Amino acid sequence: MVRLTINGKTTDVDVDPNTPLLWAIREQAGLTGTKYGCGVAECGACTVHIDGKAVRSCAMPVAGAVGKRITTIEGLGAGGVLHKVQKAWVDHEVPQCGYCQAGMIMAVAALLKDKPKPTDADIDSGITNICRCGTFQQVREAIHAAAKA
Amino acid sequence: MITKPQKIDRRAFVIGTGAVGAGLALGLKIPFGAGVVRAQDGTPEINAWVVVRPDDTVVIRVARSEMGQGTITGLAQMVAEELECNWSKVTTEYPTPGQSVARKRVWGDFSTGGSRGIRTSQEYVRKGGATARMMLVQAAADAWKVPASECSAANSVITHKPSGRTTTYGKVAEAAAKLTPPANVTLKDPKDWTLIGKSVKRLDTMPKVTGAQVYGFDLKLPGMLNAAIKDCPVFGGKVKSFEAARVTGMPGVKHVVRVGDSAVAVVADTWWRAKTALDALPIVWDEGPNAQVSSATIADVLKAGLDADQAFVNNKNGDAKAAIAGAAKKVEAVYAYPFQNHATMEPMNATAKYTPDRCEVWVPTQNGEAAFAATLAASGLPADKCEVYKINLGGGFGRRGAFHDYVTQAVLIAKQIPGTPVKLLWTREEDMAHGRYHPVMQAKLTGGLDAAGNLIGLQIRLSGQSILTNVFPQMLQNGMDFLTFQGLHEKGDFAIGYSVPNLLIDHAMRNTHVPPGFWRGVNINQNAIFMECFMDELAQAAGQDPLEFRRKLMGKHPKHLAVLNAVADRAGWGKPAPTGVYRGLAQMMAFGSYVAACAEISVTGGNKVKVQRIVCATDTGYAVNPAQIERQIAGSFVYGLSALFMEECTVKAGRIEQTNFSSYDSMRINQMPKVESIIMPSGGFWGGVGEPTICVAAPAVLNAFFAATGKRIRTFPLKNHGIQMV
Repeated sequence: MVRLTINGKTTDVDVDPNTPLLWAIREQAGLTGTKYGCGVAECGACTVHIDGKAVRSCAMPVAGAVGKRITTIEGLGAGGVLHKVQKAWVDHEVPQCGYCQAGMIMAVAALLKDKPKPTDADIDSGITNICRCGTFQQVREAIHAAAKA
Repeated sequence: MITKPQKIDRRAFVIGTGAVGAGLALGLKIPFGAGVVRAQDGTPEINAWVVVRPDDTVVIRVARSEMGQGTITGLAQMVAEELECNWSKVTTEYPTPGQSVARKRVWGDFSTGGSRGIRTSQEYVRKGGATARMMLVQAAADAWKVPASECSAANSVITHKPSGRTTTYGKVAEAAAKLTPPANVTLKDPKDWTLIGKSVKRLDTMPKVTGAQVYGFDLKLPGMLNAAIKDCPVFGGKVKSFEAARVTGMPGVKHVVRVGDSAVAVVADTWWRAKTALDALPIVWDEGPNAQVSSATIADVLKAGLDADQAFVNNKNGDAKAAIAGAAKKVEAVYAYPFQNHATMEPMNATAKYTPDRCEVWVPTQNGEAAFAATLAASGLPADKCEVYKINLGGGFGRRGAFHDYVTQAVLIAKQIPGTPVKLLWTREEDMAHGRYHPVMQAKLTGGLDAAGNLIGLQIRLSGQSILTNVFPQMLQNGMDFLTFQGLHEKGDFAIGYSVPNLLIDHAMRNTHVPPGFWRGVNINQNAIFMECFMDELAQAAGQDPLEFRRKLMGKHPKHLAVLNAVADRAGWGKPAPTGVYRGLAQMMAFGSYVAACAEISVTGGNKVKVQRIVCATDTGYAVNPAQIERQIAGSFVYGLSALFMEECTVKAGRIEQTNFSSYDSMRINQMPKVESIIMPSGGFWGGVGEPTICVAAPAVLNAFFAATGKRIRTFPLKNHGIQMV
């Protein structure tokens, strides 16, 4: 049994400590907003925050997250209010299929914590998630909008 | 969800070949009589497309699948335009394929591909909305005992003009549902549209930013188990043996099962445990006769086709060979286009529950009816004992339309564990190994110019795979796969935009063991590169400007020319570009729409390409939601440029070598050009949106690369030439 703190709640998960955090979040904690895309930390669909930093959860053993604050897309907003990144995503109608967007939003939220007013160059180096629908133009607009919010 | 009337008869009918490929006779139960059909909450249907709740909420049924392209919003706009309902109270739902079959396919085609979602259903969904409006108005008029002609409807409110009385759709819905639908409906003149053509917000954004949207592999059912699968890595191979005993004791493992001839699955309490055990499971494959095939052997077969005597002729006029032989100048080039995987972000998956009396499948699919047919075939049960529930798709791009191999697998697994729902999810590696790949194609293009530089003869020999031969052989025309010529046809939805006095376009069909599929844009991807890059080669040989050279051939193709002119004007073709920036053009007609692009790139070090800007124009006839069209254009460029620069599936020892995004890359935000869209609907026809524009990005960039470097690249992807996208 491994004890995790996900979105402020303590959750005991019955997994081998080497299980990727992604699968503990999805299959044990039952939070399915965090997606599987590649399993090798290439695509970013599984991005969550660990102690506020963006982490690709598909390649991180669950043991590495013990004692840390894990935040998933379900816990990004507070008290039913959208996070400013989610709000910008709605205003700019960013998602197409939407599958990668939870990871994209989590990556952007972490970027804005480090760089509240990111330049285009900051976005280029900080956001490396794959989106096969190709929403990047709206992603960039929405990041700048969220930075102004 | 919808419940159907209890009274039934037992007529049988046939699902058309377009829906399921092979024409499938089904014994069915069909609604009898004109009883009111109710949604699960008891709300009556006005008709198959429209349910109105007492609080005036309008539920619009959408048969096509939403996979990001915005079709549920666009189709709802079409219904609502004629329904005259309050748009802010519109919601949508999917009817199920089983219900559709049981109701004489009342929702028409479920297939969501070929950029057809709106253009081939626009008329009947608008009629569905108009019919419902007339019934609601009639119900109000009946209650007021006035002629319906004295009543009007707007914003879900019905008004009796002479008396000023009003009521709402929700209040008369119950009565309206009992009326006989009018036989004749008149649709609005496009000039009177208020909702079609407007960039209303998508209906499906919110759950996609909160994590609440349920995709196929997010599904949870009581008692559900999870399956991971390995299919023989060599296409056509089989399972020889596997040692189940080696993994049955691993944590969570419940079953180790053979799936058909060629695959093995592990079923466990969680997917990660299933996958872990599958990785540890020794499997011996019978790889069969294809284990010696490689990319090089396939390329040799295609190369031989370039000069073969026999070929399917599709577009011919005059005598191209003679004209080229007698030309003042002859230009020849050979191009080659690789296999590519769809790589949807959500890997293939399906959930199935089987008992001897019923088989249910939950699946992200572009074609609910084809998934239904796969369910029937794999379960062995008749249509009235099967059902398919469509779940939101994490990308489709053609992979989830004609092919339901994952549905077949899920049902075959569930059949071995009756009563237990089983969710099958492929790994990314399995998804890379078992795609339905963009067909591999080579082309030899030969052109003849007269002394003045006019194009007097053009021959295009295509050599490569036929999708239809593999997927829908009944659609071949005397053996010819007409889809191979998309964008090069004499006329129709894929018409060539040039008049050449002597023309010959033919196809030497060369099929491989690697299964081809419909990959966003299908055959326009390579045909646009062949045609539009070669146009630039001809212009250069003629010493003419690429735009002027094209224009001379486009006099009889005004709509093609209009989009080309639009991008040239906006980009400033003919005027100096900023220092270090080079331009390239391309145009095409595909899926009923006219598209053109002008790319602006810069190149550093001879191989680092920055695509700065692409101006794109499209004439879609009518444009239902321009904001969503803009997103489809930019998104199609990401898919198309990822393919051009980075994506190739190579074959070694009969199998695909690429395993994940590390070996099959995709564009990131830093590589995204600025995309400027010119949406110029000229009216009078309905063209597609999701696919057409994809094909012009690559040739426009390649032509710009030639302008920048003097190098003409003819084999792809560009990474094979050391060229990177920065």
